Amino acid sequence: MDINLETIGTTLVAKLSGEIDHHTAPHIRDAIDREMNIRNIVNLVLDFDNVTFMDSSGIGVIAGRYKEIQARGGKVMIIRVKPQVDKILEISGLKTILDCSH
Amino acid sequence: MENYMKLEVPAKSCNESFVRAAVAAFSVQLDLSIEEMCDIKTAVSEAVTNSIVHGYANMKGIVKITCKVIDSVLEIEIADYGVGIEDVSQAMQPLFTSGPEGERSGMGFTVMQTFMDELLVKSKPGEGTVVTMKKRIGG
Ligand SMILES: Nc1ncnc2c1ncn2[C@@H]1O[C@H](COP(=O)(O)OP(=O)(O)OP(=O)(O)O)[C@@H](O)[C@H]1O
Ligand SMILES: [Mg+2]
Repeated sequence: MDINLETIGTTLVAKLSGEIDHHTAPHIRDAIDREMNIRNIVNLVLDFDNVTFMDSSGIGVIAGRYKEIQARGGKVMIIRVKPQVDKILEISGLKTILDCSH
Repeated sequence: MENYMKLEVPAKSCNESFVRAAVAAFSVQLDLSIEEMCDIKTAVSEAVTNSIVHGYANMKGIVKITCKVIDSVLEIEIADYGVGIEDVSQAMQPLFTSGPEGERSGMGFTVMQTFMDELLVKSKPGEGTVVTMKKRIGG
């Protein structure tokens, strides 16, 4: 799992590549949280273009960041979602509360 | 066709991706679609992760994986000898989780149920948990 972070104003863009599971989730969470706290981040964009796998551990990571961003009055966006990840996002109910696009 | 494979790994999180990949490689003989392959990998990941996170609570232990192919049905059994589950039907409810501190969503069993055709959970407190899942390939 690789994570690339870029800040544009108050928006953090996190480009994820690889597999999101229980093993890789802490790394993703810590990297995003650190950046969110150092800079004054209000919005979060998760770029899923290179995410090849995600299980419910990923739902936990996204839901956790969503709570924090919501507390800051911002928005979470997931972009470039692939079919294999789309299905689990759908089941999780996250698609109804987040801005998801393909 | 009838075939099987057995796998045993220590309960370490780095083995989650290995088990997914191993089961996927075994499943290839069934000539499945990309979507079916992804469903199987996700369901396996959920069960193995549960054994590591809940069954052994990140302590030492063994996870056993058995895969069988009978005609066009793939059967996967994932077993641990961990703490077990007190109330299985409660555990299987969507959003139920005993460990919110690790940002768990309580969706693992729901994912297994949705992605596979059959899901059976047998568990005894203090003895462990066996999850059996079946998927019919090609609808
Ligand atoms: N192998 C197991 N051993 C002991 N308890 C288990 C096992 N598998 C599941 N459980 C119990 O069942 C509950 C529900 O499991 P489920 O996978 O649905 O959700 P979760 O693991 O808590 O969260 P998520 O999978 O979304 O990260 C767990 O919180 C745990 O209490
Ligand atoms: Mg789980």
